[in-house]
Amino acid sequence: MTDPGLEMTAQAGRPSVRGTAPDLFDKFQPLIDQRAALLAGGLTDPFNLVMERVESPTVAICNGRRTILLGTYNYMGMTFDPDVIAAGKQALDEFGSGTTGSRVLNGTYQGHRECEDALREFYAMDHAMVFSTGYQANLGIISTMAGKDDYVILDTDSHASIYDGCGLGNAQIVPFRHNDVEALEKRLKRLPADAGKLVVLEGVYSMLGDIAPLKEMVAVSKEAGAMVLVDEAHSMGFIGEHGRGVAEAQGVIDDVDFIIGTFSKSVGTVGGFCVSNHSKFEILRLVCRPYVFTASLPPSVVATAATSIRKLMSGGAKRTHLLENSKRLHGGLKELGFTLGTDEPQSAIIAVIMPDLERGAAMWEALLHEGLYVNLARPPATPQGMTLLRCSLCAEHSGAQVGEILGMFEAAGRKVGVI
Amino acid sequence: MTDRDERLQTILRLIEEFNKKGVEVTEATRFAQDLEWDSLTVMDFVAAVEDEYDIIITMNRAAEIETVGQLVDAVGELQGSASA
Repeated sequence: MTDPGLEMTAQAGRPSVRGTAPDLFDKFQPLIDQRAALLAGGLTDPFNLVMERVESPTVAICNGRRTILLGTYNYMGMTFDPDVIAAGKQALDEFGSGTTGSRVLNGTYQGHRECEDALREFYAMDHAMVFSTGYQANLGIISTMAGKDDYVILDTDSHASIYDGCGLGNAQIVPFRHNDVEALEKRLKRLPADAGKLVVLEGVYSMLGDIAPLKEMVAVSKEAGAMVLVDEAHSMGFIGEHGRGVAEAQGVIDDVDFIIGTFSKSVGTVGGFCVSNHSKFEILRLVCRPYVFTASLPPSVVATAATSIRKLMSGGAKRTHLLENSKRLHGGLKELGFTLGTDEPQSAIIAVIMPDLERGAAMWEALLHEGLYVNLARPPATPQGMTLLRCSLCAEHSGAQVGEILGMFEAAGRKVGVI
Repeated sequence: MTDRDERLQTILRLIEEFNKKGVEVTEATRFAQDLEWDSLTVMDFVAAVEDEYDIIITMNRAAEIETVGQLVDAVGELQGSASA
């Protein structure tokens, strides 16, 4: 496609229906140009891949080719669990395809309640609130909890949903350097003692797969009188004794005021949630706009989520296998000479750092040709302008598949010249 | 040298570490357009200014600051309110 239209609208003085007003798309021109340059070389578009068929949590057909999936966040492989699928089918039959309503009007079915019950049990917390996506859970809790004169203190590497939650609300926003306890503590001490404060942290940071020093961070936050929110999206089900996440693993879960999570990773469907022990938590159902002003999850989705969450409570063997897979892939890639996001495997995410976007995209395509799908991540989603090939392991990856994956990385890496 | 001059000199010194393109910096220099800093560089730089003066520059406040001169004035105001 050529785009003479875009060029012409950028010319000042050209008569058009807009008069002298610019085309509102002009602001995207640098990105349009960058994409065009990348694709002009015949590269497969890394952000437009279609999975034609999905055989299992670890295998799909892409461009007619059998492809091992290593970038899905489907950590516990619950998407094809027979019990989960049966629960979804039954709910579809009994409750229909959708609720067509808000949680606070006609959109709370028995299944939504059961899903929240499963979460309360999983986390051993008093309250659970299910949102339609994980993005909306952060958006809703952060924008609602922190008012105009309150402060949100957040890690600079926070997920987009956290930044957007800050953007939607009107609190004062104070960022601190990634995983830097001292930077957090200094900032907390500079804030007015009598101001409301919400410290927002993540258990696992999804770009590099590194974990947060929550023990120290929660302690300094509590000392400053702040409430603490931890997003445990990338740890549910396999980090911590009961799979409750990094806060549990580091022994500080009882000091965390809000845990945010998602159904679109370990749980294997879509949706988001917040769990808390705060006695006034339930009022959020009436004041949290991203909860109120959207339709609730379909009955089949909450049924699959509830079944999956309950099965994750007893997923010990899967957990062990997932962590073994992560260790083996991390060690193997390091041995092949790739530069990784963390020196040691800290989670089920392994980030392979590419020298630049061009070689990152070429490597991504070479892997796809080998039959392997990973996530290509690039600025501004990545820290420090890095281009990453992000791999996330699944408990259902067999030992043989991990071996195959390493072989594919070796072949593609040599072809592209990054190792 | 006035307090403001001193602040300007300090901030110019802090800018140098992040001024990878070697742009000539005056009070009128704009962080985004002239220094071509992305949002992450801006956050790192703001953190350096905060630590130098033991103040907080919220993202809300930082969003209103476009030029070096505006930052010098904002730091002066924030220092005043911190010691008050």
